Amino acid sequence: MSRADIRPAPTAVSTEPWESTVEHAAVALAGARLAYGDRVLWDGLDLDVAPGEFVAVLGPNGSGKTSLMRVLLGLQKLSAGTIRVAGAAPGKGNRAIGYIPQQRAIDPTVAVRGRDLVGLGYDGHRWGLGLAGMRARRQRVDAVLAAVGATGFADRPVGLLSGGEQQRLRVAQALVGEPRVLLCDEPLLSLDLAHQRAVSTLIDRHRRETGSAVLFVTHEINPVLPLVDRVVYLVDGRFRVGTPEQVMTSETLSELYRTDVSVVRVRGQIHVVGAHGQLGDLCENGAHHPPHQDTVDH
Amino acid sequence: MDKLFDIDLTLRLLSLPFVTTALIVAAVLGLLAGVLGPLIVSRNMAFSVHGTSELALTGGAAALLLGWDVGNGALAGAIVAALVLGLLSRRSADYDSVIGVVLAFGLGLGVLMLWLYKGRAANKFGLLTGQIVGQDFASVALLSGCAVVVLGLLAALYRPLLFAGVDPEVARARGVPTTALALVFAVMVGAATALGVRTVGSLLVLALMVTPAAAACRITASPLKATLLAVLFAEVAAVGGIVLSLAPGAPVSAFVTALSFLIYLVCWAISRTRRGSLTRA
Repeated sequence: MSRADIRPAPTAVSTEPWESTVEHAAVALAGARLAYGDRVLWDGLDLDVAPGEFVAVLGPNGSGKTSLMRVLLGLQKLSAGTIRVAGAAPGKGNRAIGYIPQQRAIDPTVAVRGRDLVGLGYDGHRWGLGLAGMRARRQRVDAVLAAVGATGFADRPVGLLSGGEQQRLRVAQALVGEPRVLLCDEPLLSLDLAHQRAVSTLIDRHRRETGSAVLFVTHEINPVLPLVDRVVYLVDGRFRVGTPEQVMTSETLSELYRTDVSVVRVRGQIHVVGAHGQLGDLCENGAHHPPHQDTVDH
Repeated sequence: MDKLFDIDLTLRLLSLPFVTTALIVAAVLGLLAGVLGPLIVSRNMAFSVHGTSELALTGGAAALLLGWDVGNGALAGAIVAALVLGLLSRRSADYDSVIGVVLAFGLGLGVLMLWLYKGRAANKFGLLTGQIVGQDFASVALLSGCAVVVLGLLAALYRPLLFAGVDPEVARARGVPTTALALVFAVMVGAATALGVRTVGSLLVLALMVTPAAAACRITASPLKATLLAVLFAEVAAVGGIVLSLAPGAPVSAFVTALSFLIYLVCWAISRTRRGSLTRA
């Protein structure tokens, strides 16, 4: 698992405005290594994410994107290295972190309303019945529901809502606690184009208004390309960190994938094209070039 | 059957002290079942409740055989069962089959112990179908004590329990100790189940622990309303079941299950007619 050869030179990103000191970073990883037994997912990962920065985490299946998310959430320990999230070790339940999971249909039999789901994001981790804070809770939940355009369906059972409606509620649930770091694990998966744009716009607006940092795990960069400040691209234990212009090039991705990869830019979108079958997971999931993306421009 | 609606007889029986005790027991049990029920339903734990109640029977049978207090035996059996079932991840694919395996073995053990027991047959039958009339002060005290502990725990843990039940992935990400909570909740349900076994019997405990809550969740998606309705339904089924059973002198459990089933049918019909309008709040 050699990766030193493709690690970005220290100067590659240091002149960018979001480069900040570790103390102020929303997320700070230094020399981070994650391995399961002999299998190294990534090693020597250094990453400082500044407040307000939007970082996309890309890579094929099994490259450790979701594991990185689990490390940031404190659900998985690093094998080596240090990590700080919102100024603290990612212990269990750092309240400064908001989390948006993959769009996954909620069981129709689950008897909670949209506003309950959002309310749980606000104080579901607290002990007690919370009767004292009911009024403040309700006001905050109403405000966030309005902000994501979910007021109209907030009182319906969550399980009966569409995928797009559920995912709006997920965004509200993550934002209601006013997080300083927003962790998104494939939040656009299986959403149609209109909802992809709606959800990513909500996330973008939040980070611009509050200065919250966003780490956004995704298979395809195009729906969020206009929002992305930097990319972390993981492939088989190798990785690259930099702006989309630096990382999403034929040269860099060919190095990462260790095969001939062409990056084509069409109408403001990035399409990654590999030799037939060689990109395996990447193509299987329609990453970067799903057919329905072709007619969109941001 | 002409005794079924003999109001004079019912009123006369209601004034008897042991009937009053039975009504208190039923009311406490209805309250417990009502507040726990919506959380049980939201966690898809109905089968696990059934398994727990069967193993409460095993515990009760063991106590009967050894000459210990049957109520304590049932409580111990249910809590051991709840711990075992709670340790299994309810997300795992073989969760239901493991419950089935444990349940079948425990029930077999219980049957063996009841066969070995040479005492009164009514004691054996009582474990299966309950014997709400004839509760002594000790069992009322045990029930009330357990109820206070379970309600206190529930008040302290309510929000994380709901969070972990309806949205486990995000709950874990927010630092809710979902595994530990699942275990604590399983024990709470185990204790309530064991108390239900004493009164409505192990075979029918689902009628109080699950049916009222399932009915409530049919007609509302608000956790608060669901809890209030589940308590109301469970009280109607438990207390109403006893009152109805007085005149004919029939087993309480038949009336408790019939009432809760009726309530469920009504709620199901309401939810069917509402479908399409999508306003279940």
